Amino acid sequence: MSSVSPSVAPLRAEFGAAVTHHLVSCGDTIVYVDRERAHDVLAWLKDSPGQQFDYLTDITAVEYRDPERPLEVAWQLRSLARKADLRVKAELNKRAPLEVRSVYDLWRGADWLEREVYDMFGIAFAGHPDLRRILMWETYSEGYPLRKDFPLRGHFSRAEQTRQALAANPEAHYSMEELSIAEAFDELPAEMRERLARGERGFLT
Amino acid sequence: MGLTNPATEYRDAEVATVSSISPNWVTTRLDFLTNWARSNSLWPMPFGTACCAIEYMATAASRFDLARFGMERQSFSPRQADVLICAGRLPFKLAPVIRRIWDQMPQPKWSISMGACASSGGIFDNYAMVQGIDTIIPVDVYVPGCPPRPEGLIYGIRLLQKKIMGESIDDDMLRDEQPVGPSGLFLAADRVDELSEPFGNSVHQTRSTS
Repeated sequence: MSSVSPSVAPLRAEFGAAVTHHLVSCGDTIVYVDRERAHDVLAWLKDSPGQQFDYLTDITAVEYRDPERPLEVAWQLRSLARKADLRVKAELNKRAPLEVRSVYDLWRGADWLEREVYDMFGIAFAGHPDLRRILMWETYSEGYPLRKDFPLRGHFSRAEQTRQALAANPEAHYSMEELSIAEAFDELPAEMRERLARGERGFLT
Repeated sequence: MGLTNPATEYRDAEVATVSSISPNWVTTRLDFLTNWARSNSLWPMPFGTACCAIEYMATAASRFDLARFGMERQSFSPRQADVLICAGRLPFKLAPVIRRIWDQMPQPKWSISMGACASSGGIFDNYAMVQGIDTIIPVDVYVPGCPPRPEGLIYGIRLLQKKIMGESIDDDMLRDEQPVGPSGLFLAADRVDELSEPFGNSVHQTRSTS
């Protein structure tokens, strides 16, 4: 099981230097690609005959303890037809804006996965239709909890955290589309309609 | 008949005095009667967030049978509930939710903090977790355990019933609402910080700061 995935050779032939290196870890092949070309690589892996990575298992990110090491975004792919897996990674320099192109247009399931990575690591996915926090509430302002420079207990005092949490509107975590009552919007009481339309949702800064 | 010494025990003399005029009449103390009625018809509002909720369900189910204590009806509407049982850890994201549920419950109302996490944050001494629900709502009984066994929860409920038996309608502080104040907190800020202080093993953990 320690053999290199057969997808690596065609990937290198297709993308050349955009595939920086690859390695085999615990039987899984990891392909490192250029940040700018990541979307092209993933689109090619999804649609090329012989690759058919039609299932996006997960998107996540890694930050290492070494502060000089770049952040990594990882896409875990699966070909349901070929019963094959492949992990694609892109490195993001911490000094540059943490941004990578969204793969929402390739796999709809990327929607919440990318929102989670954004919420926890602060990595922006360009082209995502609704990039906002998903685990923490929307007005959460302490930062990105899974980053190494984030203290385990958070930046603020417990009293300040409690105050901000109590000030959050528990109904404001949902967009209108997510609310099952969205279709019955016109039948809601005027006061509630006004409140929902106003949103009272936080804005990402 | 006086309101001086609240009843804490069921004593025959207090339960009933058969009237000499008619055997169909009994006299008793008003405090005793209301407290007896309240403590034996507590409708719980289950706020189950984690594994404690599983133990809570076991407590309510046939083997341990909460109905024996007058808790036949689980009130999933806060407006018809008497006691809020927070079974499980409370993340900050749920803090406004439990606060709103507590505010929606009518007086008289009580609350039980079930398990280590609800009472103190438990093992979750991190950025996402409320360090004890008593920083969000007032708590009457804390049930320790991780999670508490049904016997533990029943003991807590019995303690609450005992506490209710000791209440007096004469005490007008008892039914005071304790709302979130202008500071945006239910307690003073330094009290929240003090209650949230790390303790036990959590003091010695390595933490990055910035």
